[in-house]
Amino acid sequence: MYGTVLPVGEGAGQEQDPTAKAPAAGAPTDGAIADGQWQLWEVFTQETQGAPHEHAGSVRATDAGHALQNARDVYGRRGKVISMWVVPTGAIAASSPSDAGPFFDPMNERPYVHPHFYKAPRGVRGV
Amino acid sequence: MPGRRPSHPRSTAVTQQATPTEDPALLAEFEARIARGESIEPKDWMPERYRRQLVRMMSQHAHSEVVGMLPEGNWITRAPSLRRKLSLLAKVQDEAGHGLYIYCGTETLGVDRQQLLEELITGKAKYSSIFNYPTLTWADMGVIGWFVDGAAIVNQTALAKHCSYGPYKRAMVRVCKEENFHKKQGFESVAALAQGTPAQHAMVQDAVDRWWWPTLMMFGPPDSDSPNSAELLRWGVKKYTNDELRQRFVNLTIPQAQAVGLTLPDPSLRFDEATGNWVFGEIDWNEFWQVVKGDGPCNRERVAARRAAHEDGEWVRAAATAHAEKKAARGATRAA
Repeated sequence: MYGTVLPVGEGAGQEQDPTAKAPAAGAPTDGAIADGQWQLWEVFTQETQGAPHEHAGSVRATDAGHALQNARDVYGRRGKVISMWVVPTGAIAASSPSDAGPFFDPMNERPYVHPHFYKAPRGVRGV
Repeated sequence: MPGRRPSHPRSTAVTQQATPTEDPALLAEFEARIARGESIEPKDWMPERYRRQLVRMMSQHAHSEVVGMLPEGNWITRAPSLRRKLSLLAKVQDEAGHGLYIYCGTETLGVDRQQLLEELITGKAKYSSIFNYPTLTWADMGVIGWFVDGAAIVNQTALAKHCSYGPYKRAMVRVCKEENFHKKQGFESVAALAQGTPAQHAMVQDAVDRWWWPTLMMFGPPDSDSPNSAELLRWGVKKYTNDELRQRFVNLTIPQAQAVGLTLPDPSLRFDEATGNWVFGEIDWNEFWQVVKGDGPCNRERVAARRAAHEDGEWVRAAATAHAEKKAARGATRAA
């Protein structure tokens, strides 16, 4: 069961805004330009070898290559960045805040998911 | 940010316009979250006034970073040494980046940056009044780094530590990491001039005399006359009042001025043993409001320069769009 996935990014803007121009036929879908504005991309950066990629912010760009370049210029100017991902904002499905409880329940109130619930014969080691 | 609000054109102005009636239970829960020190994220429920106040504050902040490049750009080609030129170039580039971080933050609130840029170049948007003063001498570059960036750091450090809106707080963390060299390079330049020839000392003292009061105004109107403060404080966007931050800046700066043998243009400055604060004179709030309302020395020039830069860049944006479309079309034919 997924949480309600809200539409995000440019696509949502077009649904909401009756004045928005539909992209011209043949226009690139991944760099769709709504309203004369470049598409929104989310930027994830990795600081060191083996570290996770973390969300840094967003950029506007015409396509993936352009988004990477802009992301490099904005989020990789200072500090350490060794790798970057860019993802069209609209491609991200996110859980919703109301999911915080049931959707991510860590089952902490159930004692049998923890090792100290179980017994082992005295003297056995490494279990 | 995943889950940003769908955007539709609306004014970013926070006027006393009616706001939709809000569910008191949701509002109570929101305020409880603020009281617990939780971070509010884009998809979370928030009062409409909170959203509007953030849009107002963040967009003004982003605009200030962008307009802040203009008084300094004037001096890049006139820097007295390669070392000074390199640091000024890097500082101006940082300011462009800082503007982009914060525009990105405002987009999570359902406003898009195109609309914000439009408001800036049509002169509708407000930004920090300090940038509406002219930079008359090279010494102004040092004093701006020391005073203006010093004041910005006081404000931004508080936001980076305490701001209740996650995207703004994270943008400030990023900004603060980069901002410290701005102040230090300014102070180095000021110290060099202050210890230089009598003419250099006089030039930097003149810059200090011109920038001191406008810098104190950067913290905004006094608490007794700050229409937005109460809401921003109540909802944890800000932790300290304008006057508290202003006092903090004054306390930090006066010993720095003394260390390099410069005076501040305020005969009533005195250290108060009881509070540990430097007591300073009355700020000319008439001047402040006049500049805010658009009648400072350089308001029109700044907006015109920003508009010209935006319009002169139109062909680059058009070219990038055309190039992306051509590439996509080529990909489509290959796939067919």
